[in-house]
Amino acid sequence: MTPNITLVLVVGVLFSTGVYLLLARSVVRALIGFLLLSNGANILFLIASGRAGRAPIVGRNDGARMSDPLPQALVLTAIVIGLCMTAFMLALAHRSWQLSETDVLADDVEDTRIHRRATDNDMSESDYQDRDRPEDEPVAPHPAGLPVPDGPTTYDDHLDENDDAHDDQKTQTVTGGKEG
Amino acid sequence: MGLEDLVPLPVILPLVGAGITLAAAGHTRVQRFTSLSVVTAVLAVSMALLWATDQRGPQVVHVGGWPPTEGIVLVADRLSALMLIVSSAVTLAVLRYSVGLGRSAFDEEHDGEAPLPIFHPTLLVLTAGVSTTFVSGDLFHLYVGFEMLLAASFVLLTLGGTQDRVRAGISYAYVSLLSSLVFLVAIALIYASAGTVNMAILAQRLDALPPGTSLALHAMLLLGFAIKAAVFPLSGWLPDSYPTAPAPVTAVFAGLLTKVGIYAMIRTQTLLFPDGRLNTLLLWAALLTMLVGILGAVAQDDIKRMLSFTLVSHIGYMLFGIAVGSEKGYSSAIFYVVHHIAIQTTLFLVAGLIERFGGSTSLSRLSGLATSAPLLGVLFFVPALNLAGIPPFSGFLGKVGLMQAGADLGTPLAYLLLAGSALTSLLTLYAVSRVWGRAFWRAPEEAMAGSGPGAVRASREHALTYGVVMPTTVLVVVGVGLTVVAGPLFHITDRAAADLLNRSTYVQSVLVNSTADGGAP
Repeated sequence: MTPNITLVLVVGVLFSTGVYLLLARSVVRALIGFLLLSNGANILFLIASGRAGRAPIVGRNDGARMSDPLPQALVLTAIVIGLCMTAFMLALAHRSWQLSETDVLADDVEDTRIHRRATDNDMSESDYQDRDRPEDEPVAPHPAGLPVPDGPTTYDDHLDENDDAHDDQKTQTVTGGKEG
Repeated sequence: MGLEDLVPLPVILPLVGAGITLAAAGHTRVQRFTSLSVVTAVLAVSMALLWATDQRGPQVVHVGGWPPTEGIVLVADRLSALMLIVSSAVTLAVLRYSVGLGRSAFDEEHDGEAPLPIFHPTLLVLTAGVSTTFVSGDLFHLYVGFEMLLAASFVLLTLGGTQDRVRAGISYAYVSLLSSLVFLVAIALIYASAGTVNMAILAQRLDALPPGTSLALHAMLLLGFAIKAAVFPLSGWLPDSYPTAPAPVTAVFAGLLTKVGIYAMIRTQTLLFPDGRLNTLLLWAALLTMLVGILGAVAQDDIKRMLSFTLVSHIGYMLFGIAVGSEKGYSSAIFYVVHHIAIQTTLFLVAGLIERFGGSTSLSRLSGLATSAPLLGVLFFVPALNLAGIPPFSGFLGKVGLMQAGADLGTPLAYLLLAGSALTSLLTLYAVSRVWGRAFWRAPEEAMAGSGPGAVRASREHALTYGVVMPTTVLVVVGVGLTVVAGPLFHITDRAAADLLNRSTYVQSVLVNSTADGGAP
């Protein structure tokens, strides 16, 4: 089997651009990346089906000159599935926009909190307490001397250029201690 | 009407049930009755299938009467039947639990009192998708099964559409879609090189491929499945997304979705690429999955997140069994899958009960549960010890089996894995004992002050109703019961593993039957 070089190139371009877009934190960009990738996969099936031939209808053409019908059936299924997934992701992206008015995926709050505790060397929730220290002595502030937020906070400080709408919030959280 | 006619039922029944429950969207009773009876029927069918496959060999259905070169085949062997039984049993318990919760439990934040008629149909589609992957004998059909359960899981994960769930849902959806895409590309390449997607025929043809080509195909398939199974470098998505969903949803996800990936890996490693060239790589992945996962669990403050990390960590055990590649390794891995589906689901349901009773799953807020809810203590304690692998329980038996298989392999890496799995077991014990020490044994006054005691007390009255405690208790008992039936169960998994390694049983039953009664309709 000799694959068609044009199709191979198309698949290569679709995959590379798709991967690039999928790496974005923007929900819609990543969706476009997914679309390009899934179309690349569909074309890959066309390459897999081998040489182009006549329409694969039994009785219309003789078997030797037909193109392989099975990959076409597979691609049709894959296209339908891709369409459904795209519709769902669009709905999800819209819902995310409704709720947060940004297209950028936020960090997990609990994850960020635990990470911050680790970088601040904050042992206040540890199982091991210093028995020798009197109860009422305040816990020494951690080296950087920055306030440790308690309770859920939105950490928008990672989410830079793309969201200008959040500039005011950003400055607040940045003062909340990024260099901990 | 032969026994093989049972094979499509675990797929068809839930789909029909999904249609009925969707049509009966306004009628809660009809929905509950339909889905409970459908899943019970699937459980019964799966048991019959296990008997049939154990006594008479793999059951094969050629869908539409097409020969395997052209159409889809459904194959149930011992492994599939066993997985079907466990998955439907767990789904039944979760379904009963969610019925016990009542509908208003799913509307936590700003759904108000609106009922969620979509829950039952979606859960049934998820069941159908999971069953499809277990009985499929065709790679592309396996992909369709994956997409069915993924689409359903997206909906379940984002129920209610709150901010947390949408955020978790988006990252979960992208990772899942990417893994499916890798799988799809692998299928296209396999078709290009072998000219078929039927697994039995592939088993014969892939051996003839040049080693480089087959290694590339093998690696791509494993990559796709490893993302689904949350194997270490590809596991970051799981603890981020699972804890935000409602308790029954997380429970069913934790029990089933990653195990579907493990099942697909077992099939790839035994049926398609039995040469074991990637086993060393898989052993390293297993070691890292165990250790990194459990170290993550130790650092968590939230019970649900801690459980999600133990889920990742214990995937490493199953991968260990697969990577050893011996009959004993596969047998123990299958046993461990059965054990882990039951236990992990139970623990997530218990976490749901703790959340209902204590108003939170955060360890800094919970305290004194051992005195205020002793029953909850028992329900948590038994599966927690089981997960950690304390001797009488099935977790211990599974781990011993895996370690024996590793010791039989005898390489330095295998002994490293042995040490790693013992360490993981100890750290699991530490992680669950942290929960026990804080949420259950800590004196009640100190932490309850912050979280509105009046509201908590009012909700406590209705927290532990019969409807939610009963299914959880049943699952705890099933988990303990796995120890009692461990002997016969290990015999079945031994035979299943022998079948897997001796591929001819599977291949013969797919191909021979097709010449006997096959041909186009």
